[in-house]
Amino acid sequence: MTIIESPVQVAQQQTRELPPPEKREIVFDVSALTVSYGENPALKNVSLDVYKNFVTAFIGPSGCGKSTFIRCFNRMNDLIPSAVVEGTILYRGNDLYGPDVDAVEVRRRIGMVFQKPNPFPKSIYDNVAFGPRVLGMTDDLDGRVERALHQAALWDEVKDRLKDGALGLSGGQQQRLCIARCLAVEPDVLLMDEPASALDPISTTRIEDLMHDLKREYTIVIVTHNMQQAARIADMTAFFSVQVEDGRRSGVLVEYDATPTIFTKPADKRTEDYVTGRFG
Amino acid sequence: MSVASADVPIQGGRRRGVWRGRIFVGLLLLSMAVGFIALGTLFFDVLSRGLAYVDPVLLTNPPSSDPDIAGARPAILATLYLGILLILFTVPIGVGTAIYLEEYADRNRWYNRLLELNIQNLAAVPSIVYGILGLAFLVRGLGLGRVLLAGALILTLLVLPTVIIAAREAIRAVPGSIREGAYALGATQWQVISRQVLPNAIPGIATGSILALARAIGETAPLILIGALTFISFNPTVMGPFTALPVQIYNWTKLPDPKFKALAAAAIIVLLIMVLLLNAAAIWLRNRYQKRW
Repeated sequence: MTIIESPVQVAQQQTRELPPPEKREIVFDVSALTVSYGENPALKNVSLDVYKNFVTAFIGPSGCGKSTFIRCFNRMNDLIPSAVVEGTILYRGNDLYGPDVDAVEVRRRIGMVFQKPNPFPKSIYDNVAFGPRVLGMTDDLDGRVERALHQAALWDEVKDRLKDGALGLSGGQQQRLCIARCLAVEPDVLLMDEPASALDPISTTRIEDLMHDLKREYTIVIVTHNMQQAARIADMTAFFSVQVEDGRRSGVLVEYDATPTIFTKPADKRTEDYVTGRFG
Repeated sequence: MSVASADVPIQGGRRRGVWRGRIFVGLLLLSMAVGFIALGTLFFDVLSRGLAYVDPVLLTNPPSSDPDIAGARPAILATLYLGILLILFTVPIGVGTAIYLEEYADRNRWYNRLLELNIQNLAAVPSIVYGILGLAFLVRGLGLGRVLLAGALILTLLVLPTVIIAAREAIRAVPGSIREGAYALGATQWQVISRQVLPNAIPGIATGSILALARAIGETAPLILIGALTFISFNPTVMGPFTALPVQIYNWTKLPDPKFKALAAAAIIVLLIMVLLLNAAAIWLRNRYQKRW
């Protein structure tokens, strides 16, 4: 029988050691980032670093801008005409929003998995092969598809029905297919926007185990509503909150630190209230 | 859970509500019956008058002043040609416009909003107005003459708004999550449209196009106006004079000999079968390729 534990208890049980700050390699260097939709700022003045081969989690209440934030890393906000991004994000030293940066090239290196599994209404094989095909990476496509499905821990379940429609898979399988689809183009970073929030607990555990394996090769950024999940899987955690100014609500970064610190010794009262469940 | 109503008998309560519901259903049946009876009467009237005349003579002979050997072959062929040209013209232009409006157009620009408003209004313009346009612009202005191509172009303009609106609906029905998924893998806008959006919108586009075609091949007024001739005894060509099935029907009904009226009824049956087949194809396509997201 499972005993439901608080996020703080979960965080206390983690034994993982992080490399010291001087040995960390910075993948994203965010400084003074503000994102607005039209006149309304959704996220204000965020600065933080994301490290290589870390799982970095963004947590916080609804409307705190964490999904808006993660969508800045692969320029998905470009698709929303009213979105305006100010400040800078350096990706391995290059300005992501620089004048001659091609958003398509950015997204090829920085993959994204969404909240709701969104497989294409095609076969399992064609879903995974879509990315390599549009990018012209069609040498040994079969091998590439198989490797991606292995990495996403889905191969054994689908190897005999690669030509079947992807919409026939269960929700958890669909989400792992979407992860495989990202991995097939060999990205550098994997962004995950609440990847398990639409899944049952068993599927959620599988996704979490997967992230654990994947971080050896990839840098993972995850938005989650589930604080136990952040406590279990994240190396670093950023807590965002909502701030009301002149009657306008916008998201702010409250605190960013190693996950155990965020959950057991937070520096800010708002973080403590949130992780211990005393929030609003 | 409230148990306060547990002692109320479950039989026979709320009589008035039940009657209201029945009256409402009755009214619905009545409104359906109006359409159904009108259509049924028309159908049986035409069948009883014309069925005896639907024979190889009607399908293979050219028109004649002698009703016993008169047929509608040139008109049937011309209607088929018009249908084919119509699909060739409307689908690329209609789908192209729909893609532009849905995927590229910035709705904050005044010209895009004007374009949209225009298309919605054009869908409601009476077909005779298109006929006048065709006569003035295509037949005389461009000097095309009273040829089949001019007829096809006029019908194209007539149904284009319908096709555009149907194609836009189909494109809009492709969920945003599919577009996002493709963009997130590094696909370009064109790749997203050509490999994800369009393939998933094709059933809806096809259904809308076929229904528009079914409407167009029944059109008479604009074709009469641009001079679809009535007595054509040879097979039509794209750049030659022509008549069409509805025009042929219209002309036969004007003749005094009752045998020609029966021939008109027979030609109506042929036209109805063509339209019904097109509609059946549209329904089949819709059911066959309906997407469940």
